[in-house]
Amino acid sequence: MNLTLKVWRQASANIKGGFVTYPVANISEEMSFLEMFDVLNERLITEGNEPIAFDHDCREGICGMCSMHINGRAHGPQSGTTTCQLHMRHFKDGETITVEPWRAKAFPVIKDLVVNRSAFDKIQAAGGFISVNTGNAKDANSLPIPKDDADASFFAAACIGCGACVAACKNSSAMLFVSAKVSQFALLPQGQVERVDRALNMVKEMDALGFGNCTNTGSCEAECPKEISIENIARLNREYLLATLKK
Amino acid sequence: MSKLDSKIPEGPIEQKWNAYKDHVPLVNPSNKRNLEIIVVGSGLAGSSAAASLAELGYKVKVFCFQDSPRRAHSIAAQGGINAAKNYQNDGDSIYRLFYDTIKGGDYRSREGNVHRLAEVSTNIIDQCVAQGVPFAREYGGLLSNRSFGGTQVQRTFYAAGQTGQQLLLGAYSALQRQVGLGVVKMFTRHEMLDVVVIDGKAKGIIARDLITGKLERHSAHAVLLCTGGYGNVFYLSTNAMGSNVTATWKAHKRGAFFGNPCYTQIHPTCIPVSGDHQSKLTLMSESLRNDGRIWVPKAENDKRKANEIPEEERDYYLERRYPAFGNLVPRDVASRAAKERCDAGFGVGSSKMAVYLDFAAAIERYGKQQAGKLGEEHANITRVIALGKEAVKEKYGNLFAMYEKITGENPYEIAMRIYPAVHYTMGGLWVDYELMTTVPGMYALGEANFSEHGANRLGASALMQGLADGYFVIPYTIGSYLNSQIRDKVTSTDHPEFLAAEKNVSDTINQLINIKGTKSVDYFHKRLGKIMWDKCGMGRSEKGLTSAISEIRLLREEFWKDVRVPGASNELNIELEKAGRVADFLELGELMCIDALNRNESCGGHFREEFQTKEGEAERDDENFMYVAAWENKGNNTYEVHKEELKYEVVKVAARSYK
Amino acid sequence: MALSGLFLILFLLEHLYTNVTLFFGDGGVEFDETSHSMVRMIIIRIIEIVLFLAILIHVAQAVLLTRENNEARPIKYTLNDGGKTSSWNSRNMGFTGSVIFFFIVVHLYNFFLPYRITGTVGGVGQETISVNVVHALENPVYALLYLISVIFLAFHLRHALASAFHTLGLSNKKYMPILDKVSLGFSILIGVGFGSFPILFYGAKLLHKDLLNWAL
Repeated sequence: MNLTLKVWRQASANIKGGFVTYPVANISEEMSFLEMFDVLNERLITEGNEPIAFDHDCREGICGMCSMHINGRAHGPQSGTTTCQLHMRHFKDGETITVEPWRAKAFPVIKDLVVNRSAFDKIQAAGGFISVNTGNAKDANSLPIPKDDADASFFAAACIGCGACVAACKNSSAMLFVSAKVSQFALLPQGQVERVDRALNMVKEMDALGFGNCTNTGSCEAECPKEISIENIARLNREYLLATLKK
Repeated sequence: MSKLDSKIPEGPIEQKWNAYKDHVPLVNPSNKRNLEIIVVGSGLAGSSAAASLAELGYKVKVFCFQDSPRRAHSIAAQGGINAAKNYQNDGDSIYRLFYDTIKGGDYRSREGNVHRLAEVSTNIIDQCVAQGVPFAREYGGLLSNRSFGGTQVQRTFYAAGQTGQQLLLGAYSALQRQVGLGVVKMFTRHEMLDVVVIDGKAKGIIARDLITGKLERHSAHAVLLCTGGYGNVFYLSTNAMGSNVTATWKAHKRGAFFGNPCYTQIHPTCIPVSGDHQSKLTLMSESLRNDGRIWVPKAENDKRKANEIPEEERDYYLERRYPAFGNLVPRDVASRAAKERCDAGFGVGSSKMAVYLDFAAAIERYGKQQAGKLGEEHANITRVIALGKEAVKEKYGNLFAMYEKITGENPYEIAMRIYPAVHYTMGGLWVDYELMTTVPGMYALGEANFSEHGANRLGASALMQGLADGYFVIPYTIGSYLNSQIRDKVTSTDHPEFLAAEKNVSDTINQLINIKGTKSVDYFHKRLGKIMWDKCGMGRSEKGLTSAISEIRLLREEFWKDVRVPGASNELNIELEKAGRVADFLELGELMCIDALNRNESCGGHFREEFQTKEGEAERDDENFMYVAAWENKGNNTYEVHKEELKYEVVKVAARSYK
Repeated sequence: MALSGLFLILFLLEHLYTNVTLFFGDGGVEFDETSHSMVRMIIIRIIEIVLFLAILIHVAQAVLLTRENNEARPIKYTLNDGGKTSSWNSRNMGFTGSVIFFFIVVHLYNFFLPYRITGTVGGVGQETISVNVVHALENPVYALLYLISVIFLAFHLRHALASAFHTLGLSNKKYMPILDKVSLGFSILIGVGFGSFPILFYGAKLLHKDLLNWAL
């Protein structure tokens, strides 16, 4: 198939960017979206041009590094799919595809389609953990956990930290990300000890980093490649409200 | 041979580790505050080590090339993690895990290390549960287990098909906690490009800030390399695109011996290559072999669709060749068997380089079971299959969805097509019992070292080893070295050796950029990968390896004459990063072939076509090759082998049979 | 937002009930009685203050949040296909809210001001409040404005009710679909309920019927 790509190019954080149009020919339907970019980059290099910088690593939908806003949607048109697992069979021959980086104040562009998502690490450092030092744990089966709770905790913990929720949200809110982490621990008995501080500190850090506010539009859930439920946001709101009442 | 001291403690095997811990020198807490440790890599080994060492009070700096420590490729491990908990009451024990690992590794690993691994395996599960890792559970609330290739007990703990992710996020959360406390300083988007060795000891690293391109000098009392494996030397592998050998290779060039570089694991269940554009291969968890049956048509070049081929015309070749283990034989055995069938012309799919992994039988079996549970003994076949699909979805839903996403085929209806792909490298930097390389102060953990898996790794053992090294081994063993360093202030980064190392790195970068040739980095990487896969892959021969060595040498020369790296060194330059990594792969590839050529036997993942039985099984040569080949870099791509003899005091060495 | 919003929702229910009394066919007596008695009750006067505060808080928070949310994305997407992932209502709460606010101001100017402040309606010998309402709704411009605002209100509420519960944490997987349906039902109730006044009274005018005194 033959396509036209409209790609955001920006040499560095402080230089103004803009769209550049590239025709790409002979694209196989079996290719992933990133493999199509590989083909384009290979051509740009041999033509003596700079290839397009984009983030990617595992290419199997789990590392959370790939991050393209394709035709107006985070990770493109397929739901529950990262950019690296999006295949060209979902596009039409002759189509024009617009590709932009994630847009959010908290995710500044580094170059082309590469953005800085270290804000997520900071939120995690503010409380996304259970404070147990190595070597203190008791036997794993001494603490039975209802299967439903463990499963719900796992579904929240499946977040890959790609930032699609922020990218898709009209307010650039990080609530789905934060709520997934808070939920993972809130659902487990191990997480109860630090429950209050965790909710307070993570939300405080999130607000300080310049993410917007949640207005429950649900786009985050719709675009999340791991289909994490906004139920977690309700849980975070509950946790946070109760925490503010306590502390 | 004289240079290698594995430092295995004396005494009976089950007491070695405890005896070691009882007598290893300790570092006083007030001294720990003044001791700095650099950790390179933030996967399971790196994150767990950094967090645990920071908890002890050491000052830690962590470097990773990704934008966050959570992206490390440990995240992609699917199946599970082994531990000798014996929660299933099926006869498991530390000894059995130890024995299975030694046997699985084809008697090419160290007894002392492996026994320690089996001992601490149980602590890992406890630690992870305490951290809030949501492992799969039974309805009674207790942890669930499944079985994995190469074992006959259920000792694998898992979190759906995302066990690596959950374990890494656990270690990452512990790491971020220390970052928040200010004990760990995190350097993301930084790549280590050299180790600084002063007076024979590792004293720091040179790292490149990948955003600004600036080279940085970082000094420390010890350097931990937790940088994973080198499977990407094959270009196509299940590794992440960024996975590379650079850190360990630079360390090797600074004096660390490279152990068993030729031991690579080819994983039997991956999605087959679909075309030349392919950038990486995707693994389908080995756990699928618990329920899926592997087969090819009995007739050569059979063009019918899978479900049109009747039962009696199918060859379930693993069940036929290995009745005791069937579809659950270890990875190396399963991979070779698939290659054998495809090479003989029985392959399926358009490329004919694939075999079927079929769930039809499992769907029916689970369906009947489910119908029985629901009291529908007389359910018709449609109902049974519908119920069975639900049950299979519950177990493997995410894997099936992934398969469908990539291939566009529905695996509930059509048998999956799979083919082996490079997955893991058992070789790595040679380390002693304390995980220290041959350069004092430099350690290698996780897949980056050569140690526990011998010539073949069993499923669900990589996660176990990475976390064992990081959580439970290095916190004890590092004291033995650092105890001798408490008098030394951290080296100034203006030391001439630091400046020289930095200049060396910057010269290489400038050289790469100034070649201004005509071919992209990937062009060379793909060619290297093809040489390696064809001649140093699943089957190796003297003829092939010899020709591979000369081809790699020529390719390397061509690379340094004709590669094109666009852009500058003082910016985010992804091609430059790739060029540096491929330059190192071009050297490592040759050493792998040299090592494979040197090892005149077949063992584990290393299969030399000259050394096989009449039935095509691997033929080991314990008399001449029961050793670790530790390669010393003598400069200019010349190497000298040092041998560490492997002594088996507990396990009786036997031919490895899964029949 | 959620608390003030839920309070306003309660008020809407009360308001709808009072309005429905216009359909009693009693010449607007019940409506006028209710209006008068409300003015006399001290508790209602207090609630009235709270109500104004709620509106102001709701609006002020909305303005503040919108500004913060805009700042959170300084560079907008060139192509943004939000319609595929979220409802129009949820993405346009600020817009629908603004229209509703504009209407509230007009509405207060038309009814609240003459009746409660200037006292030009509802006094002895003056036009009764119910007649005042009917006259207003017989004005095509006002009736149309009323109708449009009610439609916007319905869209606003379609998202608002469930969203408020979500924000207060009073939602989970089990209740989410129920809340969604309640939200839908409520927005239809309010939309049809309030929407019926301009339609019926203006329609009655066109047909020369006296709806206030219409009886079964």
